[in-house]
Amino acid sequence: MTTLNATANTALVNRARVTYGIVLLAMGLFIYFFFGLNTQSGLETTFGLNLAGSQAIPISDLVVPSQLTVYLMAGIAIFFGAFQLARGVKATGALIAIIGATFIVAFLTWAAQGKSFNLTGMLSSSLVRATPIALAALCGVVSERSAVINIGIEGIMLISAQAAVVTASLTGNLYLGLFFAILLGGLVAALHAYLVIRFKVDQIVSGVAINIFGTGLTSFVSSRFLEKNTDLLNNSGVFPVVSIPVLSKIPILGPMLFENNIVIYLTMLLIVALHIVLFYTPWGLRTRAVGEHPKAADTLGVNVYLVRYVNVILGGMIAGLGGAYFTIGSVGRFDEIMTAGKGFIGLAAMIFGKWNPIGAFASSLIFGFADSLQVRLQILRVPIPSEFLLMAPYIVTMIVLTGVVGRAIPPAADGQPYEK
Amino acid sequence: MTEKKKSKSKSSEGIGGGSLGEALRVPALAVLTGLIIGAIAIVASGSNVFEAYSALFIGAFGDPVRFFSGFQQLFTTGETAGLLRAIYPFTESLVTATPYIFAGLSVALGFRCGLFNIGAEGQFFIGALCSAFVGYSIVGLPAYIHLPLALLAGAAGGALWGIVPGYLKARFGAHEVVNTIMMNWIAFRLSDWLLNGPMKASGFRPVTPNIEHTAELPRFFPDPLRLNWGFILALIVAYVLYWFLFKTTLGFEIRSVGANPDAARYAGMNIIRNFVLVMALAGGLAGLAGASQVLGVDHWVGQGFSAGYGFDAIALALLGKSHPFGVVLAALLFGFLRSGATRMQSMAGVPIDIISIIQGLVIIFIAAPAIIRWLYRLKSVKVEETVLTRGWGK
Amino acid sequence: MTNVLELHGITKRFPGVLANDKIDIALREGKILALLGENGAGKSTLMNILYGLYKPDEGRIVVRGQEVDFRGPNDAIARGIGMVHQHFMLVPVMTVTENVMLGVEPTKNRFFLDKDKVAARIREISDQYGLEVDPDAYIKDLPVGIQQRVEIIKVLYRSADILILDEPTAVLTPQEVESLFKIIRSLIERGKSLIFITHKLKEVMKIADDITVLRLGRVVGSTTPQEASLDKLASMMVGREVNLVVTKKPANPQEVVMEVRNLYVRDERQNLTVKGVTFDVRKGEVLGIAGVQGNGQTELVYALTGLLPIDSGVIRLLGETIHRATPRNILERGVAHIPEDRQRHGLILSFPVHDNLVLCTYYQSPFAKGVSLQQNTIFGNAEALVKQFDIRTPSIFVNVGGLSGGNQQKVIVAREFSRPIQLLIASQPTRGLDVGSIEYIHNQIIKKRDEGTGILLVSSELDEILALSDRIAVMYKGGIMDILDAKKVDKEYLGLLMAGVHPSEPVKVDESAAPERVF
Repeated sequence: MTTLNATANTALVNRARVTYGIVLLAMGLFIYFFFGLNTQSGLETTFGLNLAGSQAIPISDLVVPSQLTVYLMAGIAIFFGAFQLARGVKATGALIAIIGATFIVAFLTWAAQGKSFNLTGMLSSSLVRATPIALAALCGVVSERSAVINIGIEGIMLISAQAAVVTASLTGNLYLGLFFAILLGGLVAALHAYLVIRFKVDQIVSGVAINIFGTGLTSFVSSRFLEKNTDLLNNSGVFPVVSIPVLSKIPILGPMLFENNIVIYLTMLLIVALHIVLFYTPWGLRTRAVGEHPKAADTLGVNVYLVRYVNVILGGMIAGLGGAYFTIGSVGRFDEIMTAGKGFIGLAAMIFGKWNPIGAFASSLIFGFADSLQVRLQILRVPIPSEFLLMAPYIVTMIVLTGVVGRAIPPAADGQPYEK
Repeated sequence: MTEKKKSKSKSSEGIGGGSLGEALRVPALAVLTGLIIGAIAIVASGSNVFEAYSALFIGAFGDPVRFFSGFQQLFTTGETAGLLRAIYPFTESLVTATPYIFAGLSVALGFRCGLFNIGAEGQFFIGALCSAFVGYSIVGLPAYIHLPLALLAGAAGGALWGIVPGYLKARFGAHEVVNTIMMNWIAFRLSDWLLNGPMKASGFRPVTPNIEHTAELPRFFPDPLRLNWGFILALIVAYVLYWFLFKTTLGFEIRSVGANPDAARYAGMNIIRNFVLVMALAGGLAGLAGASQVLGVDHWVGQGFSAGYGFDAIALALLGKSHPFGVVLAALLFGFLRSGATRMQSMAGVPIDIISIIQGLVIIFIAAPAIIRWLYRLKSVKVEETVLTRGWGK
Repeated sequence: MTNVLELHGITKRFPGVLANDKIDIALREGKILALLGENGAGKSTLMNILYGLYKPDEGRIVVRGQEVDFRGPNDAIARGIGMVHQHFMLVPVMTVTENVMLGVEPTKNRFFLDKDKVAARIREISDQYGLEVDPDAYIKDLPVGIQQRVEIIKVLYRSADILILDEPTAVLTPQEVESLFKIIRSLIERGKSLIFITHKLKEVMKIADDITVLRLGRVVGSTTPQEASLDKLASMMVGREVNLVVTKKPANPQEVVMEVRNLYVRDERQNLTVKGVTFDVRKGEVLGIAGVQGNGQTELVYALTGLLPIDSGVIRLLGETIHRATPRNILERGVAHIPEDRQRHGLILSFPVHDNLVLCTYYQSPFAKGVSLQQNTIFGNAEALVKQFDIRTPSIFVNVGGLSGGNQQKVIVAREFSRPIQLLIASQPTRGLDVGSIEYIHNQIIKKRDEGTGILLVSSELDEILALSDRIAVMYKGGIMDILDAKKVDKEYLGLLMAGVHPSEPVKVDESAAPERVF
């Protein structure tokens, strides 16, 4: 029986092998024709590794011959494509990494031919731009692990963003702003939890209503109050960057990880903490059980509703922190609809990260990368309209959701109300 | 027998059991409660509620005094100018309601198939751009060809924007809620580019050129009254959609897929085809909403053109219980509210965003009738709640 | 001897139903009380009350002489009551240890789960009661019989001494039932008391010390195995004389309707669940597929009806292969399907009866002309079928979700039987139904057989398989162990096959060519 099993399995493996092989080959050819032939020979691309104003020990920049590098990338992709078609490797993760890496390196080298491109700067801004997405994703992870879908993250973040800036502007205390942002995030999430748990409102509908409500409320407050009293209400300043001694001196990693503001440090702390709570503590065990099989948890005396309330509210507080990032964490003022879909992108990051805090963070980095790439490319004057570059994060989100790259299985009871 | 048939076939259409009054009670109370809470917000923001809501009323229906004098003028002098001025607010409400009807139908159709189309916003915008393009770029066609062509272009553009998430849902189980939102943002970026580049009219502002007269939806009254054939078209489309959903085999399939996709598959229905079809049609309806606004009212497209229509459409579909006729009623209500709110903003200084707050509340109340019943101590009527959405993926 | 548990006058109402009506029962210390009743008699409601999941409207619960008021399962657990549910309450993606510790998690360093401590305790309990279980195994990888042991360990881990077992044998092979009974006896030896809920008369006679029979929410009598007989228990349970055997003429098998050769199927998660299945179904016969649930029967049926794609192998319907056929193709070729999960696949609960009765034929004449539905024809069809199949419904316009389980199943049967069919695939056709409905559906199936339809019956109820089948195929781990003549079959032997044991080297036969092996 095992032999038969194996034959049946090979069909699937074969299909995957051929698909990846063809994609790699196509990528190689694409790089060759699109980037390679459009790169002038003799030019060099400079990848800057030092960030102006950072405390890191300076190192020399990476300078590569542009055309050669692009051709090298095309060669690598074609080599692995051919190898894949001929022999086949099972490590799909590595294959996806090769596809992504060759494309990005070739693209950057092409885009910055004859110019300098600050790599460290981009990596560090990737993390910064990933932060609100990661917080939205963590909010999703926490509440969906207990089987409550919260699609209203966008609305929560807007409300918290506004609350943070108004509080901080009025009191002159950024920490008070942060506190109110988190508090309001928790409160709005509590409303969501109350609607979907107590009244069994469709979770998606409730989330959408919160988005509409949040958009309406913040725009209302904005045009009614903030616009007329900008200095008093909508001008808070931002959290200062705090360099961590010693660690911030490490080249590349230092400016990326250890020269940030408190919101970003809190985010990194949260990721680790949530991972531990979810997988190594009683609360985490109960949360996962409630998300997978609430009835089983209930029959063992676990209060399903309580677990869900706490998780959804906790998630809302995390989203509240994410909201605070938008204002007092980055620009110091509130603009209407400034979240620009980040709450939804966070949900995609959560799915791509397989409902794990660390996975969610890793995939947020991909979105952050796409986002900061777009900004850098505008600076480089790449001959692609900036509007198209701005679409990148949204398109990446849609690709991620197809599950072509690593399909994940949500918690079994996700989205279902629990009835005793 | 026929009597029984009538009342019962209604229940399968999802208006809910019992009499019409029964069916309307919760939505009516939901709107009322939304308005009350809105009033509290108005007071909190330091404006006068009475002043605000009477501005809202006059903005929506017109000033009764003007009606009176308008009629008087008509009978005494035969002049229609006064009466036209009196009915202006009312016709404006209908003008506002027109794209609402289309967009609400779009979301309602999605709900009927178990799909949540939050992308009406982007579909609306793309539809508007497409019909505008056909409207201004083709010159010299007779109206009876140009106008339908422009409408069709709008529907096709919206349909394209709907098909993408529909296909991704059907083929990969990718959740349409996130994907339609992403399509919205892509639509906004695309329109930024189009309006600043390829479709930009000469001048500084990022707007399209005016469409040709042959592509315009004819208006009923002289300027400034803008009520046009788009409104009638919307009513016709609503009726056709009703017939399609409840009287045809395709509609039966769509409703089956929406109510229980597993059973639909068991019964031999093609889920993928239905998902794609419904998202295409839903996108087409939202595209028509954009087209009707361009061809009937604005005659050009600018940035921020679609602001809020997609989200409003969700409220409309919920309020209308995803029934075409319910959607028409809800759209009329919202038309009055929006149109009134514009006047409220200018007369009483209450920002128009208050309407979004009220809408968010109305959605919550409609989705959770238990709250309304609890607030007003209504006896709970046993109505099957339609399942609107499901979790992630398949 | 003292009673460890007494229920007095328990009454529980649900909207429109009186689930429990003044029920009194008593459990003696160290004894087994069997609670007998058919589906819908109110057994589960009663036990959920006893376990604190529901609150009774009236009545008292007395545990060891003390009246108690349970607010939730925690209170019941604190009083030493434990429950093994009919549908296992286990989280499939977690380990045995995680499932056992859930709700009473010991910690180390105050915050972190102490899994080692629990695993050690599980091993201890396993040794003590002869329950072999690996604490680190994931539930989804364990066979049903072992999962049940995990359930029992969960209860013992919480030091319960009153155990409630809800229909514990429903999903077990006869051999697994034997080993469960052994476990039950070892529990009794160590001083536990036990309530055994079932609708299977023979098991009651075998294991119980006391028997209480429930019918329509009331206690109809109490007795003991010594005083009672099978017939007497059956008529107490159902309220009338029951004909326990289905009367049928000998089958008259004709040409082959469906041929299945070396079929492999993957489930939705891409696991190979049907592995090399081969059989024929002939017109005018019932081929029963026996086997413990979860051995590939579901996927086999899905593949035969086009709901799952096949991996390899051949399915021929009336001589034509149907590899890439859609469910609709297969329906149109005359296959009727009574699905295993009637609420998931068989019906649209929010649609009225009349629409459900044309769910597969709505697009055909006379129900549609072009794209236009012919509503009067659809109504007429419904009125006729409701009468013909005795569907108890207030009208054809009420939603199917409002009907009882038996009547819902009749709607499916009426729909599937009212169109011309060559083959009927009936999957668990009587699961969860009352005796009256079971009799009705069994008779309908036999009637169809006698009309010359081929019947493929899939059931995990061995009694149902034995009552209806002309030939019996036994499925185990995705393969067919053997195909036997139903007239000459022996239950013990079937049980061994269901457990995957092939008794002493059978004669090798090629089932595809030769007639079925005679035992």
